[in-house]
Amino acid sequence: MAVTTADGVAGIQPEDKTSLKTKLKRAERINRVRSLSLVAPLLIFILAVFVLPIALMLIRSVQNTEVRSAMPATLAALDGWDGVATPGEPVFAALAQDLVQTQKDRTTGLVGKRINYEVPGARSRFLKAGRMIDAGGTGPWKEKFLANDPEWGSVPFWAIMKRAGQTYTPYYLLTSLDLRQDASGAVMKNFDDQSIFLDIFTRTIWISLLVTLATLVLGYPVAHLLAILPPKHANVLMILVLLPFTTSILVRTTSWIVLLQSNGVLNDILLALHITSERVQLIFNRFGTVLAMTHIQLPFTILPIYSVMKSIPATHVRAARSLGAGPLTAFVSVYMPQTLPGVGAGCLLTFILSLGYYITPALVGGPQDQMVSYFVALYTNREMNWGQASALGAILLLITLALYAVFNRFVGIDKVKLG
Amino acid sequence: MKLPVSASESFVEFAGIQKTYDGEVLVVKDLNLRIRRGEFLTLLGPSGSGKTTTLMMLAGFETPTVGNIMLDGERIDAVPPEKRDIGMVFQNYALFPHMSVAQNVGFPLKVRGVSKAETAQRVARALDMVELGKFATRMPGQLSGGQQQRVALARALVFEPKLVLMDEPLGALDKQLREHMQIEIRHLHERLGITVVYVTHDQSEALTMSDRVAVFNAGIIQQIAPPAELYESPENSFVAQFIGENNRLPGRIESASGTLCTVKLANGSTVAATLTRAAGVGDACLLSVRPERVKIAPAAGAVDNLFEANVAELIYLGDHLRVRCVLDSGAEVVVKVGNAEDRPVLDVGTRIPLGWRAQDCRALDAA
Repeated sequence: MAVTTADGVAGIQPEDKTSLKTKLKRAERINRVRSLSLVAPLLIFILAVFVLPIALMLIRSVQNTEVRSAMPATLAALDGWDGVATPGEPVFAALAQDLVQTQKDRTTGLVGKRINYEVPGARSRFLKAGRMIDAGGTGPWKEKFLANDPEWGSVPFWAIMKRAGQTYTPYYLLTSLDLRQDASGAVMKNFDDQSIFLDIFTRTIWISLLVTLATLVLGYPVAHLLAILPPKHANVLMILVLLPFTTSILVRTTSWIVLLQSNGVLNDILLALHITSERVQLIFNRFGTVLAMTHIQLPFTILPIYSVMKSIPATHVRAARSLGAGPLTAFVSVYMPQTLPGVGAGCLLTFILSLGYYITPALVGGPQDQMVSYFVALYTNREMNWGQASALGAILLLITLALYAVFNRFVGIDKVKLG
Repeated sequence: MKLPVSASESFVEFAGIQKTYDGEVLVVKDLNLRIRRGEFLTLLGPSGSGKTTTLMMLAGFETPTVGNIMLDGERIDAVPPEKRDIGMVFQNYALFPHMSVAQNVGFPLKVRGVSKAETAQRVARALDMVELGKFATRMPGQLSGGQQQRVALARALVFEPKLVLMDEPLGALDKQLREHMQIEIRHLHERLGITVVYVTHDQSEALTMSDRVAVFNAGIIQQIAPPAELYESPENSFVAQFIGENNRLPGRIESASGTLCTVKLANGSTVAATLTRAAGVGDACLLSVRPERVKIAPAAGAVDNLFEANVAELIYLGDHLRVRCVLDSGAEVVVKVGNAEDRPVLDVGTRIPLGWRAQDCRALDAA
């Protein structure tokens, strides 16, 4: 049938089009469902063990429920407080009432611990007051509290107490950046004895940079060699590069201890060859940390560089030579710029992985070489201060994401590939 | 300023060149080749014939195992590629992807320390020459294959090299663009008067572009001659086979007189043929006749060899017709019949007389 419509187009009317779209949808639905069901297990796995914990961590870094849940009456009474003079009897009465409950729930210590972060000595003050409440008695409470500990009359203490009653707090994040809020809420530099975190972050970034640089300097020639060798030899070299992957990090790190310790193999050799006259401290310091980390990170830097180098045709350097460039000029102005995406990818990968190192610095580093992860573990396991641990983790995550963003802007994340 | 040199003097000379990669197989066996100044010479041959190795030795990326190469009167065996002053165009263009078109073309000038102002001027001129003046700021990835090829050409010419080498530069282009670029390169060569050594495995490309063609096979130059001579008078059966189409009839040379000879075919019939250097009296030979030189129903006396044949197959190709005929001896002969209005009416099974002249039939080596 060759009938054409008035506008000269044969066939499809608008209603036909919609029905065609529906048909297409129906036809593709089954494929969509099938592919979705194939990736579903992985998707659920990632959501459960990756996305969810990170979200919880981020929430925990600002969450602040200890005081709010334990001291509702006190916080309600503090609502009308002017913040200038010591609060009046109603507040202390409410405090006594809350303490009765917390003593029963055994949560007085938790509240004390939370306030103690910001007011040193607050925990024992709360426990002492708890014991006073247990002894019984009636109001007026203000005098009794002040008699128990005169610090109950401190105005800054009550300001912090009021602030600690908010559901969310910037306290942990600020502390992680060596900042604090004073009684009025203004942000300022933290007390010197608590300002350790900027130093730790700087140290973490510095060690990561050193490791990244070391892997690049050592790995670039290896990657080049891998890319230009005939396949037979390249395969052997590739196995050597990948060999460390087959051993656990723990084993490799402890082997470094065997090699580098004062009575270790390397020191014995140095002494025997009379290169040094006494045993050199090679481990439990910055040198040992960077060395062991470089060893572990080398393949991560080499592989992306190698994969980019592999894709650069040999004719480019030849073309440069035939056009008059010497071997060095050809390498620097034609070959190296083309390897930059690989260098960027490899260095980024190593830098980001290095930021999170825990076990290696813990085993082969000294006290001055512990990185952020060490303190995350410390706050999680020993101090039981999960807010602080989460805040450190959140900041580390932020640094990583910022790096990704910068890299993506200049190189493109799709360039990252292994092998 | 160099003194003018006569065209016959060799500009490039390969003398007794041998090349082996593994110490066992010779990729190039005893190569002796002279290239004249301003000449367009094509190295033609199947893959593995040694033509690219020859080019790479000239460019300086391979060293001859034996023998030496002279360029413009100087031995260049020990000269590194960057000092040879030879422009080269690669098969896949080898444009630097991180540099713009202008930077690519300016590269040879930059490494030679030419001033920025002069570089800009010469780059602009080179790009105008290949009609890409407007593309200077583009990146190579944004150009089509043909445009990339022209940038590569401009880059190889901008520093006015002594010699330009091209390694299958049109291999990656489609047929139409390839034919267009062939003419364009040919015109550039004529306009600039440069010496070009061109490598290809495409025989029609070699015939279209070259002043002379060197046919390579198994590491040896089989014949070096201008295109017409190569096609009309191949010196051996490889060349006859490799360049154009060819009917092959095996036989033995019975006798010879002057430039002609008599060849006895397997079934006893005799053919008058042209004697070549490839075979002598008494030798087994292979007769070579071009399909367009075989005439169907020739006029009396027009051909030296006349046979009866049956039409076995007709293939219609538009501008011409290919007729596969079987001679009574059993040999097959393909005939090309032009699609003119007076072409003979043919059907499969028709019995026809066909024949060819002795000078169109060459007695070549039997290999």
